[in-house]
Amino acid sequence: MAIAPSLSWRQPLGYLGKISLPWRVTIGYLAWMLVLPIVALFGKAITAQPSEFWRIATSPIALSAYEVTFVTALGSALVNGLFGTLIAWVLVRYSFPGKRLIDAIVDLPFALPTAVAGLTLATVYSPKGWIGGLLAPFGVKIAFTRVGVAIAMLFISLPFVVRTVQPVLSEMERELEEAAWSLGASKIQTFLRVTLPPLLPAILTGVALGFSRAVGEYGSTVMIASNTPFKDLIAPVLIFQQLEQYNIVGATVIGTVLLLISFVLLLLINLLQAWGRRYAN
Amino acid sequence: MPTNSSTLSSSTLSTSESAKPWAQWVMIAIAIGYLALVLLLPAVNVFYQALAKGVGPFLTHFAEADMQTAIGLTLFVAFIVVPLNTVFGLFAAWAIARHPFRGKPIVISILDLPFSISPVVAGLMMVLLYGQQGWLSPILQFINFKVIFAVPGIVLATAFVTLPFVAREVIPVLEEVGTDEEEAARTLGANNWQIFWNVTLPNIRWGLLYGVLLTNARAMGEFGAVSVVAGNIARKTQTLSLFVEDSYKQYATGAAFSASVLLGALGLLTLILKEILERKTHRKTA
Repeated sequence: MAIAPSLSWRQPLGYLGKISLPWRVTIGYLAWMLVLPIVALFGKAITAQPSEFWRIATSPIALSAYEVTFVTALGSALVNGLFGTLIAWVLVRYSFPGKRLIDAIVDLPFALPTAVAGLTLATVYSPKGWIGGLLAPFGVKIAFTRVGVAIAMLFISLPFVVRTVQPVLSEMERELEEAAWSLGASKIQTFLRVTLPPLLPAILTGVALGFSRAVGEYGSTVMIASNTPFKDLIAPVLIFQQLEQYNIVGATVIGTVLLLISFVLLLLINLLQAWGRRYAN
Repeated sequence: MPTNSSTLSSSTLSTSESAKPWAQWVMIAIAIGYLALVLLLPAVNVFYQALAKGVGPFLTHFAEADMQTAIGLTLFVAFIVVPLNTVFGLFAAWAIARHPFRGKPIVISILDLPFSISPVVAGLMMVLLYGQQGWLSPILQFINFKVIFAVPGIVLATAFVTLPFVAREVIPVLEEVGTDEEEAARTLGANNWQIFWNVTLPNIRWGLLYGVLLTNARAMGEFGAVSVVAGNIARKTQTLSLFVEDSYKQYATGAAFSASVLLGALGLLTLILKEILERKTHRKTA
């Protein structure tokens, strides 16, 4: 295994002509593992007639699945935008017993496999479960409804907001807030005019990351939902069902729509992060 | 303003805040309450449900052949995927961090794609590439190698979803460490391999371990992508995550929760090691 020397002092054309081993491995592996599968998806999608593609992509069941997926994911991401910021605030600004533990627990959704998350959420929020059982007498059903999908999405998207807001908040200079207070601003004015603006790019980045993750989520949502079309069927589950029925074209079309949306979201997240860096400098 | 007075004033600030502690405590209570509802109660529930009928019934599930095969397959997949993506991640991190070039943010975005692609779509891509009507099926049929609905498909799908972790953790560490020590080693006559083994690797070891840890957690727990390519044939292509879902669907809740305890323990272990590594590297990132 040869490691290329740092090439910073060489002419750029020099290393374009002679690609080093790390680059060859990187490009080769990315081409095989990542680019080829994506090309295969698009390649399959363009074999469908444009009218056929449009018909499947906008069929009533697909439209309803997009609606359930995107509206629920957006709602969950926004709720986490609020609570995630609050949790980050509490973890950075206050001290209380068990703080380290709470801080570690925030990462649980990154570490717990989604099938387990789905299973336990479906149990806890079922009419016989710890939380679902408390709500059942009031006629509130969570598991096997769209609210259940929202709960699963809350679970998996929570760490994103906390972990993007936390570092920004802890590096923030508190002198600015003091200055605002000494100039006579109220606590609420200080928060809205001084503290919040530099946090906003981080909060929005976290919300976008959480939203992106929630839109694609399958494991936890498929287990807590009843997966009934037009009710709580989400787009990833629809793709799965199409595949189970050997409808490859149907799965490909909806998969392509989801993939294109992930590209747009990735671009948006990059723009938000660039905006955040401007604040940092 | 001298630095001394700023530390002084921030301590007076916190005392002025603790003059109204109820607002603080309300916010702390809301934060903990929300975490309890969404994360903590569900996590505790995994262990409660598994052990609710006692330790005996819990343990008998591990004697079942299907469960043992699922554990074996899960370990096998991680055994292949984690080293593969670790080696790739090291190469990619080196290539990206050690070479100045213009399109760097674009390359990093491409590397990040598996994070934003739905696991089901990732599985679908594997079916379109390696499946019966897939692009590569003529070659695969010629060499009589089955990928989809078989173990190789699970390995490929898992490798896809865990591809960015190592590179993403190592790139910032490599950039932070800089090239001074490596260049010093080179002037002293070390070859590439010696530089990597004796200088670079010790510098990036905690970041690398962190990336490996995340890769392993995801590789052992991946569900969506694996679910698409596995076809879920018990004892042949059933990983632990698939076993959990399958048992749940067949109302074998006891078995589902017993398997979940294993995966939950993996999650807890990952969290603990993550904390330790974060302390080693003195940082806190997602």
